[in-house]
Amino acid sequence: MYGRKVKLRFFFVFLILTILSLSIFLILKSLEENVVYFKSPTEIKILSEINNNKIRIGGMVKENSILIEEKKLKFVVTDFKNEINVVYSGVIPNLFAEGKGVVAEGFLKDRSFFSATKILAKHDENYMPPEVKKALEEK
Amino acid sequence: MASLVGYYSLLAGFCCSFLIIYFSIINFKDTKILDKRILSFTFFQFFFVVISFFGLIISFVASDFSNETVFNNSHTTKPLFYKISGTWGNHEGSLLLWLLVLTLFIYLFLLNSVGQKKNYRVLTLLFQEIIIIGFFVFLIKTSNPFNYIMPTPKEGLGLNPILQDPALAIHPPVLYLGYVGSSIIFSSALAGVTLNYISKDWAKHIKSWVFISWIFLTLGILLGSIWAYYELGWGGFWFWDPVENVSLMPWLSLTTLLHCILVLEKRNILNSWAIILSITTFALSMCGTFLVRSGILNSVHTFANDPERGLFILIFLFILIFLSFFVFFFFHKNENKTLINLNWVSKETAILINNWFMMYFLIVVLIGTVYPIFLEVITSEKISVGPPFFHKLIIPFLIPFLIFMAIGPQLKWIKSNLKNKLYLILFLIISFILTVLIVKNLSINFFTNTILLTAAFFLFFITVRDFFKKKFSNLSQNISHFGFSLLILSILFNNIFSSEIITNLKIGETFVSDKFKISFNDIKQKDEQNYKAIIGKFKVIDSKGSNLIMSPELRIYNQPNIVTSEADIKTNLLTDKFMTMNLVQNQDYFNIRYQIKPFMAWIWISVILICFGGLISLFKKKYEN
Repeated sequence: MYGRKVKLRFFFVFLILTILSLSIFLILKSLEENVVYFKSPTEIKILSEINNNKIRIGGMVKENSILIEEKKLKFVVTDFKNEINVVYSGVIPNLFAEGKGVVAEGFLKDRSFFSATKILAKHDENYMPPEVKKALEEK
Repeated sequence: MASLVGYYSLLAGFCCSFLIIYFSIINFKDTKILDKRILSFTFFQFFFVVISFFGLIISFVASDFSNETVFNNSHTTKPLFYKISGTWGNHEGSLLLWLLVLTLFIYLFLLNSVGQKKNYRVLTLLFQEIIIIGFFVFLIKTSNPFNYIMPTPKEGLGLNPILQDPALAIHPPVLYLGYVGSSIIFSSALAGVTLNYISKDWAKHIKSWVFISWIFLTLGILLGSIWAYYELGWGGFWFWDPVENVSLMPWLSLTTLLHCILVLEKRNILNSWAIILSITTFALSMCGTFLVRSGILNSVHTFANDPERGLFILIFLFILIFLSFFVFFFFHKNENKTLINLNWVSKETAILINNWFMMYFLIVVLIGTVYPIFLEVITSEKISVGPPFFHKLIIPFLIPFLIFMAIGPQLKWIKSNLKNKLYLILFLIISFILTVLIVKNLSINFFTNTILLTAAFFLFFITVRDFFKKKFSNLSQNISHFGFSLLILSILFNNIFSSEIITNLKIGETFVSDKFKISFNDIKQKDEQNYKAIIGKFKVIDSKGSNLIMSPELRIYNQPNIVTSEADIKTNLLTDKFMTMNLVQNQDYFNIRYQIKPFMAWIWISVILICFGGLISLFKKKYEN
């Protein structure tokens, strides 16, 4: 009924559409699995359940809270409403200091205890994570 | 004084735009040849921007703190080299640099396109002037580099110390040459569409611009990556950070365009595709500037920034995209309506397939970068997308991509047959055996690594064979593809064989593991022009008993008061040994990181090879002409 060329073109369009929708599906699917949510200490306090997903927390490093041992580093992150204890072993960025903003990535053990796998450095000493800034403005 | 000259020169350059547009429109209707006045004014515009740029450099060198930009980004104790590079290390200066390159490139374009049709040249100039005007307005209105401060401060605020680095001093100009080069491609594509000139001739003409932008963009990304490697102290070279991704996106699009242009030149097909890619590349370059400068990205590379600027670029970007859609849909006629006869087994099919793969990579990177922004706007949920997302989606598709990349150049244009191609299978088997021999003794994911390494080795061997078999007939492509296979292999081996130790040590302590013994011997202090250095001395003894002294450094800058760490890297052709030391506030402990990174040097070398391939192609074209 239709010519060979028309059929071929239909086949092409069909193929491209299938590939396109398949790849979009793939991307969205793995996006769901791989995103890391950002929470402030206050948001963690009101969390209904604690699961095993990787999250990021952010806030200020509480004054006089840094404690360092050979293997690990302990400190307290605060958003001036709530606090959370963090334990970490790994590279400590230079801009990490008491009274400065910090973002840590890792796993929640319970609502006041966080085990970090990474502390993120920022390039700018005056830089504050937007999330922390917001949390500070809200208080 | 210099600032004043710079400012008025900038305004003069802005005025030139209108004169150019006026004369271009007159010229477009009337005569057959290009009006000489247009060329003169294009030169004047470039000249004025150069004066303006030098005005800013002089202000920086003379530490003229009555200029706000200088005040914010410079300091009297800064070494001269960084005073100069500080000119484009900040937002205002870097935009002036954008403008400088924009005006330079359009002038070069006019000089370089003498053999082309007059209307095509004029129209390209007109589209380019729209972009130039946009940047002038942006610069003068939202980010004037010549703002005054009264009263004049005695001392400046200083440049962020991690930017005081040779690689990062030349990184922005090189990257911008690539970004801005894509603007010429964009303007010329729009002009070509309007005049119905997207053809073999156009492809031949624009090809050199595509190559130039591509080489600079690649080099720019490489420089940024090298800088991140030794300066940020993480020992990685790519973090899938949004700021890095926005430079990768135009690169992917430009690489696709580069291949597409080759097909267009040879076969006169894929015309619409080439136009779309030209537009996409430039839009993505603009997006890069927008996302980095607006501050909506949550990136580790974020510097202080201003939302108003972001809004301006966004509006400007939308105007340009709207304009290009308008031009595309109203003027573009697809003439060769006779169905394109693409043979399944031909070079163009292979290129087209890999074009689609690259578009897929581009979409993945785009979604991974932009999705967090949208989610935050819509649900105010804050998320970040990390490396696992990109790895999971890109790595599986890299395998067929590599294989097509190896097979494509073996095929002929139009139609090819698969006879005499048995060696392909032979090489595949050799690659597989070699990979199994390497992988089987390692405790890594056997399946993925084997397939990936096999594909990479396959490309490697095929390209090596081509060097001998094809007698350098297509040397540029050969070198670039060889470079790419080397890049993938180096990255894989680097990943598989890297090892690291992170520990906290006090002076005099020793860390012992089954592989290494690291003793922290002592620290020294040294005073430099604008920082104090604390240099640690470490002795690393590995399991074979060989000794190594590493001396990583901490730098405490006086203005601004920031601590940075300088990694000590011992490089040779096979491995990099990498050590950083960080100070923890008010504690006796130093945070030590020691890494062994095999094939690090080869990652850089292979990217340079890829660029070199492009360079050869560029010169070959000149030579043939």
